[in-house]
Amino acid sequence: MVAMDMPRLAGDRRRRGQMLAVLLGLAVLVVAVLSMGHGASGVSAVGVLSDWLAGREIARADRIIVLDIRLPRLLTGLLVGASLAVAGAVMQGLFRNPLADPGLLGVSAGAGFGAIAAIVLGGMLPAAIAALTGWYLVPLAAFLCGWITMLALYAIATRQGRTSIATMLLAGIAIAAMVGAASGLIVYYANDAQLRDLTFWSMGSLAGSSWIKLAAAGPVMALSLIAAPCLARALNGLALGEAAAAHVGIRVERAKTAAMLTTAGAVGAAVAVSGGIGFVGIVVPHLLRLICGPDHRWLLVNSALLGARVLVLADMVSRTAIAPAELPIGIITAIMGGPFFTWVLLSNRKMLDG
Amino acid sequence: MSLSATDITVKLGSRAVLQGVSMAAQAGRVTAIIGPNGSGKTTLMRALTAELRPASGRVTLNGTDMAALRPDLLAQRRAVLPQHSVLSFPFTAAEIIRIGLTSCMEAAAVGDAIIASALARVGLPDYAGRLYQEMSGGEQQRVQLARALVQVWHPIGPDGPRWLLLDEPVSSLDIAHQLAVMRLARDYARRGGGVIAVMHDLNLTAMFADHLLLMQAGRALAEGPPDEVLTDALLTCAYDCPLRTSCAPSQGAWLLPQGAA
Repeated sequence: MVAMDMPRLAGDRRRRGQMLAVLLGLAVLVVAVLSMGHGASGVSAVGVLSDWLAGREIARADRIIVLDIRLPRLLTGLLVGASLAVAGAVMQGLFRNPLADPGLLGVSAGAGFGAIAAIVLGGMLPAAIAALTGWYLVPLAAFLCGWITMLALYAIATRQGRTSIATMLLAGIAIAAMVGAASGLIVYYANDAQLRDLTFWSMGSLAGSSWIKLAAAGPVMALSLIAAPCLARALNGLALGEAAAAHVGIRVERAKTAAMLTTAGAVGAAVAVSGGIGFVGIVVPHLLRLICGPDHRWLLVNSALLGARVLVLADMVSRTAIAPAELPIGIITAIMGGPFFTWVLLSNRKMLDG
Repeated sequence: MSLSATDITVKLGSRAVLQGVSMAAQAGRVTAIIGPNGSGKTTLMRALTAELRPASGRVTLNGTDMAALRPDLLAQRRAVLPQHSVLSFPFTAAEIIRIGLTSCMEAAAVGDAIIASALARVGLPDYAGRLYQEMSGGEQQRVQLARALVQVWHPIGPDGPRWLLLDEPVSSLDIAHQLAVMRLARDYARRGGGVIAVMHDLNLTAMFADHLLLMQAGRALAEGPPDEVLTDALLTCAYDCPLRTSCAPSQGAWLLPQGAA
C-alpha cells in the first residue's frame, strides 16, 4: 500500500471536505425529519407515515397535512436552499470573487421579473398556449430572464477575463434597478387576484409550496444541482485566471456558458417558487471556504447540503416564530445574512479599495 | 521534435505586434527568447501557448498544428508559467499544484507524491499547507512553476516530448533561486523535454540557454546558438545601447554595458 506509508500531504483539505459532506448529509436528514414532524397542526408525521406504510386507515386531514402540505414544502425548501447556495458558489467562481451573489447582483431580480411577467401577462396568452405551458411558464420565464441578466452582468463587469469588483457590484445595482422598474410597470397591469399572489410571492416564502409547483420548478433545480459539480474542475482552473485555465486544458468559453446557464437555472427556478430569499448564496459558500478551503470539488457539493439545511431550518423558524401566523422566510435570511455580508465585505476591504 | 512558429503575424487590435516571425525550438534544449521591452517576446510566447491565434502563419507542436489540438490534449503536451498570477480565493500551495495535475494522473495514488516532489524541486518542501496569499512574490512564482511542472511531469509522454513554456520564470527571484530554477529547466530539457523561456537576464541566458531567439520590434533579429546570437553587434543593435560581451573565467559569457566597470 503506497498510500499507507506515505505521510498525507499537508494543505490538502479534500479529506476535510469529504468528512464535512457526510456530516452535512446527516444533518440534512435530521432537519428534514424534524421539519416533517413540526407544524401548526401538531400532527405526528412519523405516526401518519408508519400508518400509511402499514396500510392502516389514515384520517383524511392528517394525510393532507403531512403528504400534501408538509412534504412538498420540505422538498421545495431543500431544493431551493441547495439551488441558491450552489448558484452563489458558481457565480463566485465565475466572477473570481467572493462577493458575487445572485441576490446582490440582480440575477434574482431578473428572474423575479420573468416570474412576475409570467404571472401577470400569462393570463393574456391564448388559452391553448396557456394550457400547454401551465405552471411551467413561471419557472421557465424566470430562468430565461435570469439568464439574460447573467449575460448582461458578465458583459458589463468583465473585460478581457478580468472582473472589477466595483464595476461588478455597481452593475448589479444598475441592473436590479432597471429590472425593478420594469417589474413595477407590469404590476400596474395586474388584477386584484394577481396582486395578492405577487405580494406573498415577493416576500419570499415557502408557504405556497405544492406538488404542482414543485413538479414544474423541481426538475430545473435538480438539473442545475446535478450540473454544478461537473463545473468544479473548470472553476478551480478559472481561479488561476482565464489564460491559465486554458493552459491547464479547460475550455474556458464553454465552461463560462455552462456556469451561467447553471446559475440561471438554479436561481430562476428557486425564485419562481419561493420569491426573494436572499443571502443564502453568499453566506453558505463563504462559511464552507473557511472550513475546508476553496476547492470547488467539495465546495459545490457541501454548498448544496448546507444550503438545503439552512433553508429548511429557516423555514421552521418562519412557521413557528409568530405562530399561528408566518414570518416570511426572506426576512429571516436577511436578518441573519445582512450582518454576515457586511463582515465579508469588511474582511475583503483590502481587495475592494485596491 | 520541435515547437515551431512559421512566418506568424499576430495582431492585438489593429496593430501587428509580431510580423513574420519564424522560430524552431527543439526538444532536449533550453530555448530562450530575448529582446528589449516591447519587442514582442511575451506576445510570441502567447502565440506558442495557443493563447493567441496568429492572423497568418502556423504554430506546430511536435508536428501537429496547435490550432487543431483540443485544449485538454494540448494541456497534456505543454504547460505554461505566466508572468503574473493573481488568485481570488485562499488556496494552499498543494491545492494550486493539484490544479495542474491532469485528470488521468489524478486518479492514480501517485498524485500526492508528485505534488510533494514538485514542491521540493522548486525549493519549497514544507510549503504544501501554506496559503498562497501569505507567500512572498518569489515563493508564489515558484509555486506556480511547480503547478506547471506537474502538468507535464514526465518530460517524454506517449505523444513525444512535452514542453515547459516559461514567461520570465526568474523575474522575482533572488540570485540563488534564479540559478536553481534555471537548473531545473535545463534538467527538464536534458531528460528529453522541451523548454522555452522568455528571459531578461542575458548573463543567465548565456549560462543556461542552448538556443536563442533575439527579438526586436516584433521581428526575429537572430536565431541560433548563444555564441552566434550573443555578439556585440547584434546585442547593441537589438537593445539600442552599446554592449560588449566578455568571457567569464570558467563558463559562458558575461555582459557589461560599455564604459561601465
